[in-house]
Amino acid sequence: MMEKTKIESGFSSDAKKEPRRIVFITRNTSAKVKDEREPKVMSYPHLLVREAIVFEVLIIAMVLVALIWDAPLEQLANPLVTPNPAKAPWYFLGLQELLHFFPPFVAGVLIPTLVVIALIVIPYFNVNVEGKPLWSEHASKRFGIVLGVVVALLILLVVVDAWTIIVPTALVAGLLVASYLSKAITGKMGALRAKPFSWWIMTWFIATALCLTVVGTFFRGPGWSWVWPWGTHAG
Amino acid sequence: MATSFHTALESLRTTRVWKSIFRRVPAITNRTRSLAVFGNLFLHWLPVKVREKSLRVRAAYYLGSLSLLLFIILVVTGVLLMFYYHPATPEAYHDMKDLRFVVSNGVFLRNMHRVSAHLMVLLVFWHMFHVFYRGGYKPPHEFNWVVGVILLLLTLFLSYTGYLLPWDQLAFWAVTVGTNIISAMPVTGNKVRFVALGGHIVGENALLRFYVLHVVILPLLAFLFIGVHFWRVRKEGGLTVGSKDDDGKN
Repeated sequence: MMEKTKIESGFSSDAKKEPRRIVFITRNTSAKVKDEREPKVMSYPHLLVREAIVFEVLIIAMVLVALIWDAPLEQLANPLVTPNPAKAPWYFLGLQELLHFFPPFVAGVLIPTLVVIALIVIPYFNVNVEGKPLWSEHASKRFGIVLGVVVALLILLVVVDAWTIIVPTALVAGLLVASYLSKAITGKMGALRAKPFSWWIMTWFIATALCLTVVGTFFRGPGWSWVWPWGTHAG
Repeated sequence: MATSFHTALESLRTTRVWKSIFRRVPAITNRTRSLAVFGNLFLHWLPVKVREKSLRVRAAYYLGSLSLLLFIILVVTGVLLMFYYHPATPEAYHDMKDLRFVVSNGVFLRNMHRVSAHLMVLLVFWHMFHVFYRGGYKPPHEFNWVVGVILLLLTLFLSYTGYLLPWDQLAFWAVTVGTNIISAMPVTGNKVRFVALGGHIVGENALLRFYVLHVVILPLLAFLFIGVHFWRVRKEGGLTVGSKDDDGKN
């Protein structure tokens, strides 16, 4: 009889007691091992040459840009002279645009925190490994829920007059409704119908963030009023 | 000319000195090509072989590698800029003037640093969205996605702390607007803002704090997490390639 070892390995070898996920079998595939037969090439030179070329192209492009486009330098910092508008760096202008519609706590603290938390939990939150399309099952029930949430959100946004969020939200929602109503299997609409729910959420997020950032960067002038980027205004 | 150069290079590669530096003979067989990767400190975290599919441009658009390249460029140009910079008011602003009018290639140096910084923010965002759409966050890559989110935040903080350093109106008011938002945090808002700025307004203390964060703390953290991020890509089986890549397109 074997003596029980004092040191135990982290993983039990008893698959019945402690099952471990070792493979995903998604639809239209079998459990056979594909990896071995996948064509492979040597990293040196195939990968490294490609990396080197891409690096060189980017460096050349950046040197050209750096030769032409000078970094701005304004007057010495002066706490007594406030420029109008005072803008944050471009990647925070989406948040600054949000500040225009919501109280500082919501726009500056709550929403960014929720976005970061949402990004972190993506891989842990009931991952749809197969990437099942949103309309693949319970289509009408799901459509009712999604439409209800979207309409409620749009009403809230209309109340606070946040039309730079309304426009991208309505666009994505329009595509969502179209993909539900369409019967297409191939083509662009067919591809849209095959998208999982997570795709819709992320696309809505990117569309909104992009719209807010572009408007905040190019279309906002004194007092955060609407200006045209080609118009003249005292900056 | 070209052939004689080629022959010269070939014979150089077989010398004892060359071999002692690169720890290998010319990489002409699969064995020596493997050695070229795992026998090299800077490449050893790469796999010796890669799947053909993962070499396609659209597998990643090289976004991760290019972000790393931008980080390296930023470190190099940043260290050079540090030779000319005093984190004090108003000397910091005068240093900017010197970079423009006195230092040889000072404008180019600052332009390169700025263009790389903006591009890095852009590419890191693009990289994240691209990985999301390809399902690159799915098991076993869950935690590496989280490391990626940390790297995104580090990139934003690096860029933002650097934004203050020129100490001009643009820098001062951008940081004033941004740090005012911290005050909106419930309960601890004003205290956190005080710690971030070293005072109640964006002044000399804030400049020094942002400088230390920008040139020491955040780059070290970024370096650490970049290492973890790349290492885990390798350990968790390389780039995500799916059935979509079987159609032979691109």
